[in-house]
Amino acid sequence: MTIFVFTLILFIASAFAGLIGSLTGLGGGVVLIPLLTLVFKINIHYAIGTSLISVIATSSGAAAAYVKEGITNIRLGMFLELATTSGAIIGAMTATFVSTSFIAVTFGVILLVSAITSFMSIDEKIDSGAKGKFASFLKLNNSFPTGDGMRDYTVKNVAGGFLMMNIAGIVSGLLGIGSGALKVIAMDRVMRIPFKVSTTTSNFMIGVTAAASAGVYLKRGYIDPGLSMPVVLGVLLGALIGSRILFRAETRILKVLFAIVICILAAEMIYNGIKGTL
Amino acid sequence: MEKKMIDDKRIEIIMGNLLRFGVFLSALVVCTGSFIYLFQHGSATPQYRTFEGEPKRLTELHSILTSALNGRGRSIIQFGLLLLISTPIVRIIFSIIGFIMERDLLYALITLVVLATIMVGLF
Repeated sequence: MTIFVFTLILFIASAFAGLIGSLTGLGGGVVLIPLLTLVFKINIHYAIGTSLISVIATSSGAAAAYVKEGITNIRLGMFLELATTSGAIIGAMTATFVSTSFIAVTFGVILLVSAITSFMSIDEKIDSGAKGKFASFLKLNNSFPTGDGMRDYTVKNVAGGFLMMNIAGIVSGLLGIGSGALKVIAMDRVMRIPFKVSTTTSNFMIGVTAAASAGVYLKRGYIDPGLSMPVVLGVLLGALIGSRILFRAETRILKVLFAIVICILAAEMIYNGIKGTL
Repeated sequence: MEKKMIDDKRIEIIMGNLLRFGVFLSALVVCTGSFIYLFQHGSATPQYRTFEGEPKRLTELHSILTSALNGRGRSIIQFGLLLLISTPIVRIIFSIIGFIMERDLLYALITLVVLATIMVGLF
């Protein structure tokens, strides 16, 4: 296979990864790393660097569309970025000391945890009860548009969510993914934020989190231009299409799609990690 | 309260457009570099099975800029990727200004700390 053909195939595959990443709020990286390592047999170090770049592309590219829809909670995102960026730096620094097998297995476990959590309950709860003192002080409570007008929601368990976000940041820096799944869990499960708000706010934060560790990866030589080029352009195209679908798609369908994809990928990554074939 | 909502919305829209422009610009630079790269190396065989790390001209901020200006395909792509990395950073800087204009000093401070953290990773 020549570089030209390789680039073309990678571009098309990345467009699909970008579409899935955008639809589920995963940020593309979660689908990309298994794709690059399992299908294209690319070394996991290059896969991590490439993924990190495309994670930024997905986040920045789709955020423009999300912001216009008015469902991103900017203040909440900004506050939680304190936790994710510091975590990302810690994770990126740790990545040097661990083996590729460890990375692959950790990757699989993270995916599996996300999938299981996502299956635990599918009903959409919008919490508009009593406002917490901390959430009120930080101006985190907000509203979002639904089929029948604006709905108010309150943010719960700010400290727990912050801690979870710090872990999400560490995972992001360590694995080179946006860890959008963990961010969505932190907001959806812990902080009781409506699913659509948590996916878009998560997407909003992913780019900033990835930028925090991207510099570290660039300096280490993990980011290859020949590889990143088709992936970034492909992911951007996919994310662009995805951001146009999101607002119309059903929450339940999103969650099921999200869970099935990551379950399959998780099993593959853990198997290959243990076997040492990555 | 209503005025504040309008300000918030305006900042969000400007921020969204800023991000979109940054992504568009970096995609354009990456495309430019990819033409040169594919024209020169398109018929070679890709080598990504083993990790060797990138040469200095593709890992140091200053070297990327110098070799990109010399018209080297891979360096131009790498410069485009650098632009992409900087889009969220520019957004953060813009947010700080926005929060100061809104007189929300708490969030100006929070965003400033986020910016400082990103800079620790870059330098």
